[in-house]
Amino acid sequence: MIEIIIYVFLGIGVFFNLLASFGLIRFPDVYTRLHAGTKCTTFGSIFLSLAVIMYGLRLWYLEGFNSGNSVLVIHTIIALICILVTNPTGAHAIARAAHRSGVMPAKAVVDDLKDDRKKGRGRKKK
Amino acid sequence: MIDAFMLTLVLLIISIVISLIRVVFGPTVPDRVVGLDTINTLVIASMVIFGAASKEVIYIDVAIVYALLSFVSTLFIAKYLEGGRF
Amino acid sequence: MKKFIVATVIGFLVYLLLTTSSGNDFFIWSYSEIVVGIIFAIIVGIIVRNVFIKDNFRMLNPVRWLVLLVYLIGPFFISMARANLDVAYRVITGRINPGIVKIDPKLKTDLGVTMLANSITLTPGTLSVDVDEDKNQLYIHWINVKEDALKKKPRDCKYVCGGFPKWVRRIAE
Repeated sequence: MIEIIIYVFLGIGVFFNLLASFGLIRFPDVYTRLHAGTKCTTFGSIFLSLAVIMYGLRLWYLEGFNSGNSVLVIHTIIALICILVTNPTGAHAIARAAHRSGVMPAKAVVDDLKDDRKKGRGRKKK
Repeated sequence: MIDAFMLTLVLLIISIVISLIRVVFGPTVPDRVVGLDTINTLVIASMVIFGAASKEVIYIDVAIVYALLSFVSTLFIAKYLEGGRF
Repeated sequence: MKKFIVATVIGFLVYLLLTTSSGNDFFIWSYSEIVVGIIFAIIVGIIVRNVFIKDNFRMLNPVRWLVLLVYLIGPFFISMARANLDVAYRVITGRINPGIVKIDPKLKTDLGVTMLANSITLTPGTLSVDVDEDKNQLYIHWINVKEDALKKKPRDCKYVCGGFPKWVRRIAE
């Protein structure tokens, strides 16, 4: 039973990670590529980590409380928390740097940030 | 079970190779940085999967350290692109 | 003094999490690891006590952490799944209508703005680009701009981020 859950989680994770790299190829500019590259890899990594956590819990249950398998579970949870916190922050930093270095969104309907910076009301550089 | 993990690893490496196309042919510098950021996350996921497949916990420790260090490197590249002082 | 104690205890708990199954003297830890952990936690606590906690201790309330857990499992996870299906749809059809809009979430603290920006990045069709640090206003890259939202100048919050500011206010303020 638990093996089927692990297979399903691995399948979902791999599908979204492949989707992220295809989106990286297909989208037209930096910001839309960030959409694909951030959301899909985070979601795929969550499901891959959940599969590994399930696998570790099953080993921990089968081999007893004092076997070394608790390390697999707990360290995977810590790696998952690291991914969840750092990934959106990195995407935010790249988007801000791209807009300040002059890469404008392609086919944009509205751009409040550009207008504000022209008027001099945007945040000043330190 | 080990075969499923290994198949997952192969598919993840294929998606890393597809992302490398964006790093090589990206028209602007932020495009390349986006490709590198995606590759970092994929490498972390493959390290976790390989650690579970070979039952060596040391790969997951390396994945934690790699996640934090790649985050710092992404922030520094972004700061450099902005043209700000440190 | 209270800042030092809080930083030391949290550092010691993280050290314990990273060194499970090192022996079986005390559950699954060995005594030597615990002694080394206490020494390092005190050193780290002395160094980071003024950086780790800035102004007040409201995040020590366990109810806030419980609400954070409910938020992560419930509405956040559902909208994250919707976001990924949305990106899949746009990768296949290639139909986009992007723009950068400015919203005013009316949050006061730095932690709240950080949490809202990270939530916005991981939910459907939006990505936070820049922040106005004086007024706590966010600039959002939106992949599918709706005409209704463009009427007034700080754009309406409910089209972009739904009910997230309410949750964040409950957790972090």
